[in-house]
Parts: sequence; C-alpha cells; structure tokens
Amino acid sequence: MLTASAILTDGLVYAAYLFIVAIGLTLIFGVMKILNVAHGSFYAFGAYGAATAVGIYTNADWPAAIGFLLMLAMGMAIGLVLGIILERGILRLVYGKDEVIIVLVTYATFLILEDVIVLIWGPQSYAAYQPMVSAGNIEIGELVLSNYDIVLVAIAALLAGLAYWALKFTRYGRLLTTVIFDRETAAAFGVNVTLVYTVTFVIGAMLGALGGAVMAPKIAVTLGIGVEVIVLAFAVVAIGGMGSIEGALVGALIVGICRAAAVHLVPQIELFVIYGVMALVLVVRPYGLFVRAQPRKI
Amino acid sequence: MGGRGQLAGGLMFLFAAAAAPLLPDWVVSLVTIAFANALVVLGLVVLWRAGLVSFGQALYYCIGAYAVSLTARWTGFTDAFALVLIGGVAAGLMAVLIGFLLARYREIFFAMLSLALSMILYGVLVKSESLGSTDGFSVATPTFLGYAPHRDALGLALYWLTLGVDAIGAVLVGVYFRSVAGALAAPIRDNEIRVEFLGVSVTSIIHIKVVVAGILGGLGGALAALAIGHVDPNMAYWTTSGGFVFVTILAGAGSVAAAFVGSLVFEAVRSFAFDVMPQLWQMTLGSVLLLTILFLPDGLGSLVARLKRRREAKS
Amino acid sequence: MSHRAIVIRWGLAGLAVATAAVAAQAQPTAPAATPVKLGIVSFLTGPAASPFGIPGRNGAEIVIEALNAGKAPAPFNTVGFAGSKVEAKYVDEAGSAANVVTEFRNLVQRDQVDAVIGYVSSGSCLAVTPVAEELKALTVFYDCGTPRIFEEKARNYVFRVSPHATMDNVAAARYLLAKKKNVTSYSGINQNYAWGQDSWRDFVGAMKVLAPKVTVDKVLFPKLFAGEYGAEVSTLLTSKSQALHTSFYDGDLEGFIYQEQARGLDKRMTIIMTAGEAAIWRLRDKLPDGTIIGARGANGPLARDTEINKWFQKVYTDRYNVPPTYTAYQMAQSLLGLKLAYEKAAKAGGKPNADAIAAAFKGIEYEGPAGQVKMVLGDGHQGITETAYGTYRFNKQKKEPEIVDIVRYPAECVNPPAGIDADKWIAEGMKGAKCN
Repeated sequence: MLTASAILTDGLVYAAYLFIVAIGLTLIFGVMKILNVAHGSFYAFGAYGAATAVGIYTNADWPAAIGFLLMLAMGMAIGLVLGIILERGILRLVYGKDEVIIVLVTYATFLILEDVIVLIWGPQSYAAYQPMVSAGNIEIGELVLSNYDIVLVAIAALLAGLAYWALKFTRYGRLLTTVIFDRETAAAFGVNVTLVYTVTFVIGAMLGALGGAVMAPKIAVTLGIGVEVIVLAFAVVAIGGMGSIEGALVGALIVGICRAAAVHLVPQIELFVIYGVMALVLVVRPYGLFVRAQPRKI
Repeated sequence: MGGRGQLAGGLMFLFAAAAAPLLPDWVVSLVTIAFANALVVLGLVVLWRAGLVSFGQALYYCIGAYAVSLTARWTGFTDAFALVLIGGVAAGLMAVLIGFLLARYREIFFAMLSLALSMILYGVLVKSESLGSTDGFSVATPTFLGYAPHRDALGLALYWLTLGVDAIGAVLVGVYFRSVAGALAAPIRDNEIRVEFLGVSVTSIIHIKVVVAGILGGLGGALAALAIGHVDPNMAYWTTSGGFVFVTILAGAGSVAAAFVGSLVFEAVRSFAFDVMPQLWQMTLGSVLLLTILFLPDGLGSLVARLKRRREAKS
Repeated sequence: MSHRAIVIRWGLAGLAVATAAVAAQAQPTAPAATPVKLGIVSFLTGPAASPFGIPGRNGAEIVIEALNAGKAPAPFNTVGFAGSKVEAKYVDEAGSAANVVTEFRNLVQRDQVDAVIGYVSSGSCLAVTPVAEELKALTVFYDCGTPRIFEEKARNYVFRVSPHATMDNVAAARYLLAKKKNVTSYSGINQNYAWGQDSWRDFVGAMKVLAPKVTVDKVLFPKLFAGEYGAEVSTLLTSKSQALHTSFYDGDLEGFIYQEQARGLDKRMTIIMTAGEAAIWRLRDKLPDGTIIGARGANGPLARDTEINKWFQKVYTDRYNVPPTYTAYQMAQSLLGLKLAYEKAAKAGGKPNADAIAAAFKGIEYEGPAGQVKMVLGDGHQGITETAYGTYRFNKQKKEPEIVDIVRYPAECVNPPAGIDADKWIAEGMKGAKCN
C-alpha cells in the first residue's frame, strides 16, 4: 500500500516535470511542424536565468514567494527574448524547407546556444535551491513530500488547464486550431499565418524556459542539462502524439508512473523504461496515442 | 554520377591511397576515422534520397563496433577483413529485423522510432557490466591475413583497409542508385502512393534501404572500432547519430563522393575547432551547419554541380 | 600557441592533404633549450566541466605558472622541468571515444607534446591507453578511477599517480563501521554507469568482508544526469537502513541533496559520499551535518597540514577565490610526479625521451600536496597514497564548511598489494591489509 501510494505520488511529480518540459515542444510541433531540438536550450536558459534571479533575491533578502515569482518571470523573459531572436532571425529563413532540414537548423542553434551559455554564465554550475528549501515539506503517513513538488504538480495542472482553455475558448486559440488543422486553408481564409507562427514559437520558447526555471531549484544548474531534457521531452511527445497537448499530458503521466513503478519495484530497468514505453507505444500506435490518422495526399 | 564521375572518383581513391605514406601520422588517423564514418553517412544518404532521416543510425554503428571487438575478445580472432565483414553482417541482420517495424514509418516518426531503438541499445550496454558498461573495452590489434603491423604501418594498413571498404561500398551504392529500386527513391519521397500504383511495394523498398543503410553503418562502426581501438556505449547515443545526420546535410545527398568529402570536412573542422577554441567548438560546428543549410542547401556536393554548370554555361 | 602558428600548421596540413607534399618535415627541429610541451586534457565543456574538468585545469595552470617562475616549494623549486619552461596546451575531453583518441593523437603526433596529462572519465583513460602505448607517448592519467588500466595488461608509457577508486570505497566501509556501530542494513544510490556500478560493487564487497551480518536494502541506479530523484527519495524513505552509500558527484549530487533535504531523508539515515568533497564549497550549509565525506584520497580539507599543501591551498585560493577540490589536487600531484621523473631522467644530460622519463617514473616515491605517493602497483606505474574520511559540519561561526573526526587510512590498508586485482582482493577478504 505504502509502495503503491509512493509510486502514484512520485509518478505524478515526475509526470508534472515531464509535462512542463514537453508542452512547449508539442505546441511548436503541432502548429509549425517543427521538431525543435533547441527546446533543450530554452530549458537550459530558463534554468540559468532562474539561478541568476535566485542569486539576486537571496542577496536582497526578499521573501521567498517574491523570489519564486521573480524566478519564473526571469525564466519567461529569457524565453521571450530567445524565442523572438530565433524565430525572426533564423527560422524565418528556412520555412518551407524539408521538415528534417528544419530539425537540423534547430540542432545547429542548440549547439551554438550551448556555448552561448558558457559565454554568458561561464562553465561553473549554479545553485538555486532556496525556493525549494524554504517551501518545506509535509508528512503523510510514512511518506514525506516536498511542498515544492506539490507546487510543481499544481503548475503542470494549471498549464494544462490554461492550454485547454486558450485553445478552445480564445480567438487566438481557435486561429491556432485552424492552422494546426490545415495551414493553407487557414491562410486562404485570411489568417495571418506568419504572425501565428511567431507567437506560437515565442510561447513555446517561454514554456520551455519556464520548465527550466521551475526545475532550477531541484537541480544543479550546469552545462549540458539541455541535452538530457531534449530526448526526454521527445519521448513524451512521441508517446502522446506529436503536436497534441492532451497527448503530452497522457504521455507524461504514463512515463511518470512507469518510471516511478520501475524505481520502486524493479530498479534495474529504470534506465530504459522511457524508451521501452516509447517503442512499445509506437509499435502499436505509430503516430502516438492522440493523433488522428493523416489523410494521404495522392 | 556518369562514367566520367566514376572515373574521377576512382582516380581520387587511387590518389588518396597513394598519398597516405607521405602524410603525417595524425592526418592519416584523422582521415581513417573520417572515412569510416563516411560509410555511415553514405547509408544516411541512401535513406535521405527517399526522404527518410534516421536519428538512430548510431545503433548500427555501435553494433558493428561491438561485433568486431566482442568477436576478437571471445574468439581471439583478429583478422581485420573478416572482422569488418562480421561487423557489417551483424548490423545488417539487426537492420533486417528492425526494418519490419521501421519500414512502416515516415518523416519525423521514422526519425523518432530509430532514435528510441538506438537509445534502448545504449541503455542495455550501459547496464551490462560484463561488457564494461560506459567504460567500454579495448579492441584487439588487428592482423591482415597473418600480417601483423604496428604503429605507423598499422595506421597505414587500417587506412588502406578503410579506403578499400569505402571504394567497394561506394561502387555498390552507385550501382544500387542506378537500379530500379534505387531510382524509385525520389518518387517515393515525392509521393509514395503513386509509386504503389506502379505495383511496387514501397514498404519493401524502404525495408531494403534500411538494411543497406544498416550494413553500411555496421561496416563504418567496425572500421571505426579498429581505428580507434576502443568501443563504448556512447557510440549508440543519440548525439552520435546527430553527428552523422549533420555530416549528411553538410555533404548533401547529391552524390556518393559527397559523403566522403563531407565526412572529411567535418572531422577537419571539428578537430580544428578543438585545437583553436577548446571551449567554443560546439558553436563553431553549429555555425558551420547553419551556414551550410542557409547558403548551400544541397550540401558541399552541390558546389561541384554548380561549378560544372558554370563551366557548361561558358562553353 | 600563437594564432599564426595555428594558421601555418593547419595550412601545412591542408597543403599536405592536397598535394601529398612532405609537409610534416617542414616543422622546425627542436634546438637544445626548447620548452617542455605538455598536453593537458580535461572536460572544458559539458556537465563534468564545472566539478572536475575546470578545477583540474586550474590546478595545472597554477602549478605550471609556479614551476616556470621557480616559485614552488622544495624539492620542486627548480625552474620548469629541469630548467626548461613548461608550455601547456589545454584540450577538451568532451565527445566520443573517437574524438578523445583523435585529439590524443593530435597532441602527440601533430603538436609533438612531450607528455600528456589528463582525463577524468575512465572511458577516456581506457580508450587512450592502447594508443599511448602504441605511440610510445608518455601519459599521466590524473583523475579517472578504474583499476582496469593496469590490471588488464602491463603498461610501459602510461602512469597514474592518483590511486584508483577501490580505496575510496574500502575506506568508506571502514569509516562507516567504525563510526556507526549500530548499522544493521544500508542502501545505495549510484549513477547507472561504470563509475557508479564499480563504486557500489567495491563498497558492498568491502562491507561483506568487514561486517558480514550487515545487510543490503535498497539498491538504486538512476540514469546519469537524471536530475529528478523524487521516486528514489521515496524509495529510500520507505527503507529502514541506517546508512546510504553514494558515489554521486557535483551536478547529480547537488540535485539529489536539494531534493532529499526538502523531504528530510538525511534525518533518517547517514549519507556516505565517496566523492562529496568536490561539492562542499558550493553546497555549504545545504550539505547535512553528519554526512560522511571522502575526497578520493587525502585531498582538500582531508589533506595533511604540510608546507607544500599550505602553499598549494594558498596559491590556488588566491587565484580562483575558491579552495582547490580534489581534482585540482590530483592534477598537482600528477604534474609534480612527472616533473620529478623528468628531472631524474634529465640528469643523464640533454632532453630526455619518453623511454627515459618512463624508466625514471617507475616506482618513484615523493610527497605532494595530498601526501606521500608510492608508485607500487602495476609494476610501478600506479600510485597509492593514504586516504582519509571525515564527517561534515558547517561551521556557523566561521560560515565555512568543515570536515571533522577525520580518520586516516594508510595506503596499504585500503589498496590491494601489488600483483592482485582489486576486485579479487576484496572478494578474497582483503588479505594483507596493513591498517596500523
């Protein structure tokens, strides 16, 4: 029983992490059909930005809540700037090229940004643990849960709800849905696809950076954190269905629970549980769980 | 590639073979690794002609390499020719199996599934402490039909072996490109349903391409294992695959020769960046890739085509 | 190396490839008083840069500077290596084994360095070893821990001054049992790659020999750089063991510590960190008091208070504003050992070649900042030193990390005797260990 509840809570926390990391990726793919390797850079920049923000607020001795908000704001601001620069400066030049070429453009961008981090923040690692430590913990029976993890789950749930609401009930969301459904027809009906692209990419970048920012207190912010995240986010998105927000949510939950179960029950297989689940799902549902079959063009 | 192209390619290979003894050792070993990797790239070119990109080609590379080192380790058998063949066959067999699954996929899904498969192999290898886990293990010094060279002579022997396998690979792939199955690559890329209407099974054509690319990947891995003298699970990691795709784009899918030139240029640029800017080599590589895509969308190979066109326009 | 030289060299290389000219011969031949060229390889990028690569590099930089100025304490106070200035070239260890081997060849064959010092990852060391032997290139590994290098085969040109990783875990087991007499079971969390797997195997082996009744409870192997350890912490919270062994380091170590602290795991069990020292200056009051800390030898705060240690602490801290951690120590030890070997070989007159330096290096004994090194394993190619473990405490008055309750273990107590493989030595009951 204890193990079961532990698996559930751990799985949920891990799923929250995965969902926050993956939602930006799946959004960009859904709208722009771009598999964005530079998403890892957004994550890393967000984390570095958050670490900087935490450094500022601990020196200034502000209350933890303000520090936490400052951290999120800093992460999102960095995502905003980076998103605009990349979309306007680089991606704009390669729209219309082969999907795979665009993947490589984002890969090249990722390589460059890795070293930009070294130029800005240097090779040393940063700590940003203050928000998590000051959040404290609660004891539920045998288990001790970190309040910060609960906040993380809440953020993930909020993001999921927000995305659902924005897509279904706002003007921009509906425009987005039309573009996702059929770009050319949407353009023919007067949707400003270029603008939709820019806005989407920037939002995706901000979400990626937000992921880094909220994770920063839990990890050491150090070089190479982006690489790890890319493949993880890819796996989640591929399981759920590329471009599907609800898919990312379900994918994150599946991976999260499976991984937690593996750690508790058979720790030996933890290393490939994610890729195992991914391969298994793709064998059964080649395009992921939540993607409708594409009509074939003749 | 027409007859003249083949002649030029052949001459280039002969020249590369003859030049080796005059080159500094480090250049020979750099070129050997570049040309071993070029085979993997050639496999990616085969796939890319049909619009497919594998982000998991390192799977075959790694299998080829491990097949070589394990065979040498377990049986004490060190003949380079046979080992390379074993590496190619092992990877080819794996590709036959995987092909049944992979051939149904296209576009980004093909890329993702191949990535997942190579990451599973990576996980298995890391988990296998008897195989040295992430440390990997060394590869026995190869012999060549009983001839057991050392130092410089070994470097040259491996270089010539790589060149020889490359030449055979290049010729066979050239033949494949001109065959019906090879020629159908571009139509499949454009619209595979029309190809199916011709009465051809696109799935089986792609399956063949996966196997061809797998064999080439295995041969490349086998040669690289001999040249490096060490294998480790990183050979299956997705960044290794990313590197191969990088070279494919740099080279362009235009010709067989481009894979070799591209691989050589990549190795040289990487090594140069390591030498000159030890902390900014990723930025250098990224910039080269970005600039290639922006200004040479068809890769280095297209430079030759452009020159040719200009010459033809003049005359 | 100047930019021009680089341009020229690469120009020459290009020319060589293009025309097959004998360009390599164009390199100037060395006149008598040429500097000693060293290739220094460690992680300059990637996750291992900040904890290991950069301190190692810094250690090299500061020691070489002092040597060139003739300002190191005796017996290292001659200028450079035997009067010749030392020129270092720093190379990144990042990338695949192919990259590492290629760059090693480049250092030896293209840059014609006199020796290479470096490598953090055991994978790199294993990949470089056969090449170094084949090229007859003098190579000193400074941080990598796998005992396999000198156990698989006898080596001629490869040396390692720093002791291998076996000692870290044997000493950890001894310290734990000495300080926590009530331990009845223990758990482990180690990264799922060679370093973590080897560390855990050695620790379990040593515990079996020293306290056969103590049982193993949870065995966790999260992925390298996993970042998120929620499930692992929960698993450990459900465990009843009194101690937790981990060989985690920097990034993963810090992440794990933040996450377990938020959930109070360290209140339930004592954590033993075999490589924890590298993180104390960054974790400070976040590292739980009472944690058992190792430094892969008597490095950093575990080093003895000798003249040379005080000197090294001072020059390093003055320059980099943070005390040297164990990779900096290992680098300093390696450089000083190489210097002694070089100078011993140079006594014969002229610039010594790799064979002469290797012959002089074999079996030497000397004292560096981390104490006495004895090159006794692997036919005189692998060093052993004493090691130490201690208990961590954050000194709130001084606002500084402290390691107290330090216990020192003689080299012969925690290292296998010459001629026996480390695994086998532990499995057979650590026979011949001299602990007094």
